[in-house]
Amino acid sequence: MQTTSAILIDGLVYASWIFLVSVGLTLIFGVLRILNLAHGSLYAIGAYMGAWLVVRFFQPGMPLWLSIVLLLFGALLVGAVMGPLVERLLLRRTYGRDEVLQLLVTYALFLILGDLTKLIWGVNPYYAYLPYSLMGNVTIGKIPYPRYDGVLIVAAIVVGLGLWAIVNRTRFGKFMVAVIRDREISTTLGINVPLVCTAAFTIGTTLAAIGGALTAPTISVVPGIDVTVIVLSFAVVVIGGLGSLEGAALGSIIVGLARASAVHLFPDLDLVAIYLVMAVVLIFKPQGLFGRVEAKRI
Amino acid sequence: MATLVRTDRARADVGQLRRLGGVALLVAILAVVGLVLASWMQFLLTVSLAESLAVLGVALLMRAGLVSFGQGLFYAAGGYAVAYGMRLLGLHEALLLLALGIVVSALVAAAVGPLICRYRQIFFAMISLAFSMVLYSVLLKFNGITGGSDGMQVPAATILGLHVADRVLPAAYYDLTIVCFGIALYAVSAYMASPLGYLARAVRDNEIRLEYLGASVQSVTYRTYVLAAALTGLGGGLTALAVGHVSPTLAYWTTSGEFIFAALLGGTSSALAPVVGTVVFESINSYASAYFPNIWEMVLGIVMLAIILLLPRGLWTLYEIAARRWSR
Amino acid sequence: MSAPILEAVDLSKRFGAVVACDAISVGFAAGELVGMVGPNGAGKTTFVNVITGYVTPDSGHIRYRGEELVGLTPRSAVERGIARSFQHPQLYDNLSVLENALIALSIKRGEQRSMWAQLKRRAALDEAVALLERFALTEALETEVAQLPEGRRKVLDIALSFALEPAVLLLDEPTSGVSAQEKFALMDTVIDVLAKTETTVLFIEHDMEVVEKYAQRLLAFVDGQIIADGRSADVLADQRVRELVLGVVDAS
Ligand SMILES: Nc1ncnc2c1ncn2[C@@H]1O[C@H](COP(=O)(O)OP(=O)(O)O)[C@@H](O)[C@H]1O
Ligand SMILES: [Mg+2]
Repeated sequence: MQTTSAILIDGLVYASWIFLVSVGLTLIFGVLRILNLAHGSLYAIGAYMGAWLVVRFFQPGMPLWLSIVLLLFGALLVGAVMGPLVERLLLRRTYGRDEVLQLLVTYALFLILGDLTKLIWGVNPYYAYLPYSLMGNVTIGKIPYPRYDGVLIVAAIVVGLGLWAIVNRTRFGKFMVAVIRDREISTTLGINVPLVCTAAFTIGTTLAAIGGALTAPTISVVPGIDVTVIVLSFAVVVIGGLGSLEGAALGSIIVGLARASAVHLFPDLDLVAIYLVMAVVLIFKPQGLFGRVEAKRI
Repeated sequence: MATLVRTDRARADVGQLRRLGGVALLVAILAVVGLVLASWMQFLLTVSLAESLAVLGVALLMRAGLVSFGQGLFYAAGGYAVAYGMRLLGLHEALLLLALGIVVSALVAAAVGPLICRYRQIFFAMISLAFSMVLYSVLLKFNGITGGSDGMQVPAATILGLHVADRVLPAAYYDLTIVCFGIALYAVSAYMASPLGYLARAVRDNEIRLEYLGASVQSVTYRTYVLAAALTGLGGGLTALAVGHVSPTLAYWTTSGEFIFAALLGGTSSALAPVVGTVVFESINSYASAYFPNIWEMVLGIVMLAIILLLPRGLWTLYEIAARRWSR
Repeated sequence: MSAPILEAVDLSKRFGAVVACDAISVGFAAGELVGMVGPNGAGKTTFVNVITGYVTPDSGHIRYRGEELVGLTPRSAVERGIARSFQHPQLYDNLSVLENALIALSIKRGEQRSMWAQLKRRAALDEAVALLERFALTEALETEVAQLPEGRRKVLDIALSFALEPAVLLLDEPTSGVSAQEKFALMDTVIDVLAKTETTVLFIEHDMEVVEKYAQRLLAFVDGQIIADGRSADVLADQRVRELVLGVVDAS
């Protein structure tokens, strides 16, 4: 019983965390048709930036919300700088080329950003645990849970609702959906597709950085966190269907629960459990839960 | 009729023999080169040639338009099969161990192939990555039987029943590797010239036409997938013997990433191109990781971007241009 | 009429609100040479796609020599002897003209699994060149197909379906994109080969000169339905066909 509630709560926390990252990945894929392997690197850069800011500027005694503001500020900075930079300078050159080639371009970017991160922040871990420890615990059914986890859950909900509102309630959102549906037609309708691409990539990148920054206080920020998160995000978007925002939400919940179950029931096999779930989904829904198959017109 | 076809026609029925002769010549040259190389270079070449079989596997899939970000799955399967063959089955003959590596890898591919070969493009890349990472975490987590992140030692094997003295073991492994390499290279180039090899390229270009000619796309990709896995398994087995050690890194996705890099570097238009790519890659790698380890991956990334954007068919393009000049 | 070799019964297919194939029932006898005309979007290509299994119909049947084809893939249709060409040529763009032909012929010979035989054997080369010669494609044997002008691509596309020596051949706008001089030569080649082998040919065509010259029987498609079916001359004289297909407004 206690395990069940622990699995549910942990699963929710994992789901929130991975949703923040994977929804950006799927948004970028939907609009740009590029699966960005370097998405995890941007998560990592967000984490480093956030951790660095907190370590540098935040001290005990300051109001707690300030630490969150610092983290978010770092993430926005990373997104606002890296997003347009990467999209304009690199990805734009590959539009219209083979999907796999684009994938390899982002792999190269992953390699470059990995070393760049090490050059800037070194290889020693950053600990930005203050916000996390200062918030303390809340006890649910005799088990203490860190309050800070609530921040992740709230952030995921805000991001989810925010994206929903952008997509459904704004002109820009309509344009974005149009581009996701059909790039050519959008161009002929007079939508500034390159601009939508830059914007979508920047939003996606910012979300990755937010995921990283908000996670920073809960982990030791070290080289290699980019890989863990990208591997899990792929599972999420493959399960949910590449390019589908709803899919990312449902996929995150599935992956979050699978991971939490594995951690509690078969420790150390979380990745195996997640990929097993993914394989099962793919056997029954080859394009993922919300994925669309488009037969080529001949 | 075009002159090229006439030469094609004249060569056509002796193609197999020419190929055999070419591979035999290459192996002979490698054998002679091996005699004069310093031992560290000989070792580097052993490992490069072993690894080049994995890269060949990746290249075969690329020709069919499939980018395997998880070829490490089969590299590790081949390597660990050799290690366990010694440990659990008490096999000590290198040839048997390598055969085991090939069989195990091919069986794994035969099992996951039906699922994975339904996919193309990004899906194929990511799902192959997923499978390799599953093996990676299993190898890492069950340290009781796998040795965890330290992996396992692979003691010296016998070659054709002969116990080889430690002193000459590296040289013996070198010779073993070039012979296996030669056989594999012959098989690959025969495959590339065969109907199946061309059908794989046809899959990349136009699956609809292939189905409408009455061929099964799934069967073409599946066969190519298993073949690539067998090659990679042989490469993993040879690496395990030569290095004397296996670890989960063999299955890690960045290992697969390096295979892709080497294949891109060399190109995929001939059987030799990926081999050249691997040897160049490993040579740079051994220098770079010694002299500028901190930015090695960054250099890799930049070179990769340059190749993709400027030389999409790899270094082999340079050879093709030179060859065309020459023949004029 | 003898029992049809190929028959569609109540065949329907919609794409969203568009009814591309509206309860079509029609049969074809062995050796018939049938033209299909109709405005763009009338459902001609869809009809071919459904018959060959590329598109699954919403309802209805396709019978080939009495066997139900609905639910089968294009490959199984091909295996049974139904081949097609494409409105937009479907070729191996990164391979040469010769290699395209070699691949088609080697599949025809059942070698698609062969890993040890050479594709470019002397006998195979000769056979491929012979096929290409028939379609006047030999001057560009080594050209990468992507570099070929559209008209040549179209011809190669047809040549590939010929390599299969089908019993039923469906040609989707074989002469569109082909130059005016070549059109009739191409059709003559097609008819010449097929007449000898009793092949049933259905061809979609916009060029009325070609239709009049070659089609023995003509089907007129409008909005997913066959509105006229009969001898070419009769169909072309039909009032509705003149109006809806040919766009002729009769003064009356
Ligand atoms: N795969 C598809 N998805 C959606 N609509 C389609 C598809 N294929 C054809 N259609 C529609 O069906 C109708 C018939 O198309 P088609 O068979 O190509 O006509 P034709 O070949 O006579 O010009 C058109 O309105 C077309 O837009
Ligand atoms: Mg059409």
